[in-house]
Amino acid sequence: MKPVTVELNGAKVGHQVEPRETLADFLRERCRLTATHLGCEHGACGSCTVLVNGKATRSCLRLAVMCDGCAVQTLEGFRDDRVMEVLRRHFHESHALQCGFCTPGMLVMARDILLRLPRPDAQSVRKQLSGQICRCTGYANIITAVVAAGREIGNADGA
Amino acid sequence: MKSAKFDYVVANTVAEAAASLTSAGASAAIIAGGQSLVPMLNLRVAAVDLLVDISGIEELKTTRETPAGLLIGALITHADIEDGKIPDLFGGLLRDVAAGISYRAIRNYGTIGGSVALADPAADWPVCLMALGADVCIAAGETTRSQPIATFIQGQYTTALDKNEIVVGLDVPRPDAQFSWGFRKVVRKSGAFADSIAVVVQRDGNVSVALGGAVPRPFLLAATARQLGDGKTSDGALRAAITQDLTAQMSQADAYLMRLHTSTILHAVREMRSR
Repeated sequence: MKPVTVELNGAKVGHQVEPRETLADFLRERCRLTATHLGCEHGACGSCTVLVNGKATRSCLRLAVMCDGCAVQTLEGFRDDRVMEVLRRHFHESHALQCGFCTPGMLVMARDILLRLPRPDAQSVRKQLSGQICRCTGYANIITAVVAAGREIGNADGA
Repeated sequence: MKSAKFDYVVANTVAEAAASLTSAGASAAIIAGGQSLVPMLNLRVAAVDLLVDISGIEELKTTRETPAGLLIGALITHADIEDGKIPDLFGGLLRDVAAGISYRAIRNYGTIGGSVALADPAADWPVCLMALGADVCIAAGETTRSQPIATFIQGQYTTALDKNEIVVGLDVPRPDAQFSWGFRKVVRKSGAFADSIAVVVQRDGNVSVALGGAVPRPFLLAATARQLGDGKTSDGALRAAITQDLTAQMSQADAYLMRLHTSTILHAVREMRSR
């Protein structure tokens, strides 16, 4: 076992981990933060997307032991985030989820897209979200929600 | 989807990494971004006794221009290149290739050195770097060597790396003022590994054409390159040269695959000529 300490959603957290333990399992099993969902566990579905040192990453493809000393942000850490607040509202209003399994990854990735590409159009959102798999919505409402959120934030920022 | 057990050690320098590899038992592997290795471990198609983590070695995160070209550190990520964080000597080719690799969440941690060292037959960087005539910079502790990527990659997930060697960078020769390029990739869905991927570059009056996704290792199409270098080639002669190059490498190719790869190459050529 190896000691791992991360700054998780702003608070220091430390656990002993096995080297083979993924960040996703560390978050869910050791830290009991279960917003991060595990779909495929080999990087194909995007449900487990979180931020490590501010960069979107799939927590099933990061070993927890490699995150020692890093800042990790999960969906639970975005409660007071301005962009996430807008995204959450548009996901609700556009009915951008059915079962909700993929939604944590969708939201984390959608926030990353809006920070990198202000006011993205539908085509750009479709391409940027292509690594996130949803098996029930058909994606149309998710794309609508992200585009609308981007427009609202862009208008508010005068962009 | 859980990896079998392995041990883990952090290397702070290239020499430490080499020492860990040398002293390791049956199987040890370098991990950098881990965006291919971790899923392979999770799926148990790869197994190691020891992972040597080189992701914190700062000297491998630097890129510098030299009179001869561009030395790209092995730990430069696809997202670094996509975002223009390294000098662009190649008219946007590296950025275009980087932006098309997998998904942003993968590009944030996947590294160019890792892609080359893994040598996936359908990966983007080996094809691109082969067309650019890059050398792979390799270190084993204090000693270093370099080798053309065309001979470094020997087959599917097979390279010329010795047990205690690691890829430390890529040395890409500087282009001339007339440099031009074309890039085409066919994927089943955005971000998937390529069914077919071609990079064509023209410099110093010569053309090189590299193709990936077709056989266990990317390869250069010599007859096609000669036709293109000629300048006055006809469409028929160019197609004949592509067929000659493809059949030399792919004895089992069916009509669909021949058309697929021919089309990928022709699209890349068209893009190069239109630049």
